[in-house]
Amino acid sequence: MSEDIISADSISVSFDGAVALNDFSLNVPAGALLTLVGPSGCGKTTALRVIAGFQDVDAGAVSIRGIEVLGPKTNVPPEKRKVGMVFQDYALFPHISVAENVGYGVRGSDRVSRVDEVLELVGLVGYGSRFPHELSGGEQQRVALARALAPSPDVVLLDEPFSNLDAPQRERMRRELKKIIKAAGVTAVLVTHDQAEALAIADVVAVMRGGTIVQVGRPDAVYRFPADPWVAGFLGDALMFDGNVSNGQVATTIGSIESDLDDGTSVQVMIRPEWISPTVSETGTSTVVDTEFYGHDQRVEIRLNGGDMVEALVPSLNSIQVGDTVTLSVLDAVVYAAQHTLPGTRQG
Amino acid sequence: MTSGRTVIDVGPVGISASVASARRRSATRKAPWWLWAGAIVIVLPLALAIVSLLFRALDATDAAWETLFSLRTLSLLWRTFLLTTLVTTTATAVGVGGAWLLARTDLPFKRVWGVVFALPLVIPSYVIAMVLVSASGSRGLITQLVGFGIPSMTGLGGAWLALTVATYPYVFLITAAAIGRIDPALEEAARGLGASSMRVLRTVTLPQLRPAVGAGALLAALYTLSDFGAVSLMRFDAFTRVIYAQYSGRLDRTPAIVLSIVLIFAAGAVIWAERRTRGRGTVFSSTPNRKPTLHRLVGISRILAVGAMSIVVLVGMVLPIGVLATWVVRGMSKGADISVPWSAVIGSLTGGTLAAVVAMFFTIPIVVLAARFASRRTMLLERSVFVVFSLPHITIAIAVVAFTIAWLRPIYQTMFVLIFVYAAMFIAVSTSAAKATLLQVDPAVDDASRSLGRGPFATLTKVTVPLMSKGLLAGGALVFVTTIKELPVTLLLSPPGFSTLAVRTWAAADELLYSRAATAALILIAISVLPVYYLTIKPKEVVRR
Repeated sequence: MSEDIISADSISVSFDGAVALNDFSLNVPAGALLTLVGPSGCGKTTALRVIAGFQDVDAGAVSIRGIEVLGPKTNVPPEKRKVGMVFQDYALFPHISVAENVGYGVRGSDRVSRVDEVLELVGLVGYGSRFPHELSGGEQQRVALARALAPSPDVVLLDEPFSNLDAPQRERMRRELKKIIKAAGVTAVLVTHDQAEALAIADVVAVMRGGTIVQVGRPDAVYRFPADPWVAGFLGDALMFDGNVSNGQVATTIGSIESDLDDGTSVQVMIRPEWISPTVSETGTSTVVDTEFYGHDQRVEIRLNGGDMVEALVPSLNSIQVGDTVTLSVLDAVVYAAQHTLPGTRQG
Repeated sequence: MTSGRTVIDVGPVGISASVASARRRSATRKAPWWLWAGAIVIVLPLALAIVSLLFRALDATDAAWETLFSLRTLSLLWRTFLLTTLVTTTATAVGVGGAWLLARTDLPFKRVWGVVFALPLVIPSYVIAMVLVSASGSRGLITQLVGFGIPSMTGLGGAWLALTVATYPYVFLITAAAIGRIDPALEEAARGLGASSMRVLRTVTLPQLRPAVGAGALLAALYTLSDFGAVSLMRFDAFTRVIYAQYSGRLDRTPAIVLSIVLIFAAGAVIWAERRTRGRGTVFSSTPNRKPTLHRLVGISRILAVGAMSIVVLVGMVLPIGVLATWVVRGMSKGADISVPWSAVIGSLTGGTLAAVVAMFFTIPIVVLAARFASRRTMLLERSVFVVFSLPHITIAIAVVAFTIAWLRPIYQTMFVLIFVYAAMFIAVSTSAAKATLLQVDPAVDDASRSLGRGPFATLTKVTVPLMSKGLLAGGALVFVTTIKELPVTLLLSPPGFSTLAVRTWAAADELLYSRAATAALILIAISVLPVYYLTIKPKEVVRR
């Protein structure tokens, strides 16, 4: 990855005393598709609006392409930031046609050809003379994207772009959006509350909580090494076990886990269900109490020897039935020092 | 989009604004300075004039203060209070009764009633007053035509009737719209628990209508308090009539100023009283998709209901139009002046149009600030717009006269001041219409325009204004109809030689030249009937299918 195209530094925003962004810092590498993910109300849309220039801040600075657009003395208006934006409800201009919408931000003589070009990019050739209300949700979404891309910005911000689409449409549009963005060669920041979406589409995932970034990394990295138990639980299913480090090991109800933390440290061990591999065995001490078969895999509910319940996600090829006794092997685990409280930014 | 619809009803035209509850965050960049400049230009001068009126009163001579505390002023206060209370009570009864009959009973010919019952809205109070005065009494029109008549209607009784007719349509329209939004399920639940339909009305329907009825009653009270035309023709000494007499009859204007201020406080007291009695219960309004169970009118109740509706329409619509037409016809045969008063027609059209255009222009900054940059300051702005609107027109006129004479002598009694005052006074009418439209547009479209490289001004002209144009035009038309029937401001601020149909009607009626007055009044009604029907009566959907 090359230099950062967007750089937000220590931004704070509050609405009538309620903190929306608290020391928010984020760097977006050029060419990346970064997803900003967090629970609703964590400030992710506010962060996007700060970058776009729609939101004034209490403190902090923003640079785009190395030029300061927001700082103690500067506040470049949105129209001068050259940042494309796709809004949650699309915000298409209802009083003008699709072509006029797409061409709204394009100046110069090649306006018409540029509109055609972008409409082709999003797969809406021939839709130019229609009006926004005549389009389906998915088509409106494409128009919004085309309109944002038409002035050839090198950065596009997308605010919950799939929130108005139904589930099957979402998944299709998600793949398509990624292709279009990559084809256009732009840097994109996409805000979503859906962690699966965030992980699926991103080059880089930034996880937000309480107005600040808690972890940034590649999707596989943040999933495998969450910065703290909260991130672990937010990004996917996470089983947590309490224990103490003794001779480089943590004894938990599911077994012994290695740890390089100091002896005597009380810790939390995080294990994802798919990191638990049960094997049917006569001598197993755990019992399968329930299964849910999904086809591609299955969820297995297991009662441990001590009575604790755990869930494992196992390939459907493993034949497991309710009542089987199993032995469990733990493929991976993350150990957190228990005093490690929220919020933290330690890389996992 | 969640759209909790709220009705805001304002002023002598009773327009309704549906305010979509703004779920979105408000604009969070600073509003451009020129929006504020535009808003302040239209709001500040009248505010200054009124504040300086207050200071003038503080400087007033002892004699003027004696006027204030004299027995005469006390009886003036009492008479005004009495009239306001009477009118508000009857107008509320008629308006709410009519609304309930139309929305919740099987009254026959509902669609016809829905229109004609609200139609007296197009007849200004002074026209109704003139009709009543000229038709009643031993020498009135009715006596002349049929040989016997109804008792003479002047003074309190006449003013009461005229103003009831002039104000009940507001209560009716607001209440009818509110009934339409009550979920019939609540009434059905009460019926299911064994309540009679009268008990349902009293314990379920009316309490839910409390905010709407309160708003309608407030409007009726403020209208009565500030009405000048009807009380003056009825020779009833309410505040406005005495202020006008004090103003026009004397060189010393201080008594008029002092009385004006008392009137402002009276209007304030009415608003305060309505706030105080407003219940604390929350009313959930919705757009119900079910039809209510209609109360069946049978036998005597059916006859009574139709009879009551008929009497109201007879007095409010048939009698006025009939009497006006008769005066014109009689004028024709007797050689009275019934020629079309072209200068007054042109005056009304010019005044109304210019006022509408100016009001529309300044509505844009006010509405954009209120709908897109909402903050405490924009709330204050909107509130001052409504305060100015609810002030009695005669006090505004006196304030402007005093202010222009003291500070802006060169433009005293010029067309410029007259149009400006019209626009500033009635801008609340167009802002509520335009704001309702703008609130239905996703504010993100403005942001979208900005992010696509257009500055705030280009965004305003290319996106915001086109998207609110429907509401803006409706608002302008409402300002037009409100302006052309305005009386006291026109009387006091008109440049020499300028006349309107309203002034001509009132002045001729005051001199008992009824044929002449009737001609002007009919033209005035003809000009306003279509805009009022399409903009005020029809959108309320009094009768729901």
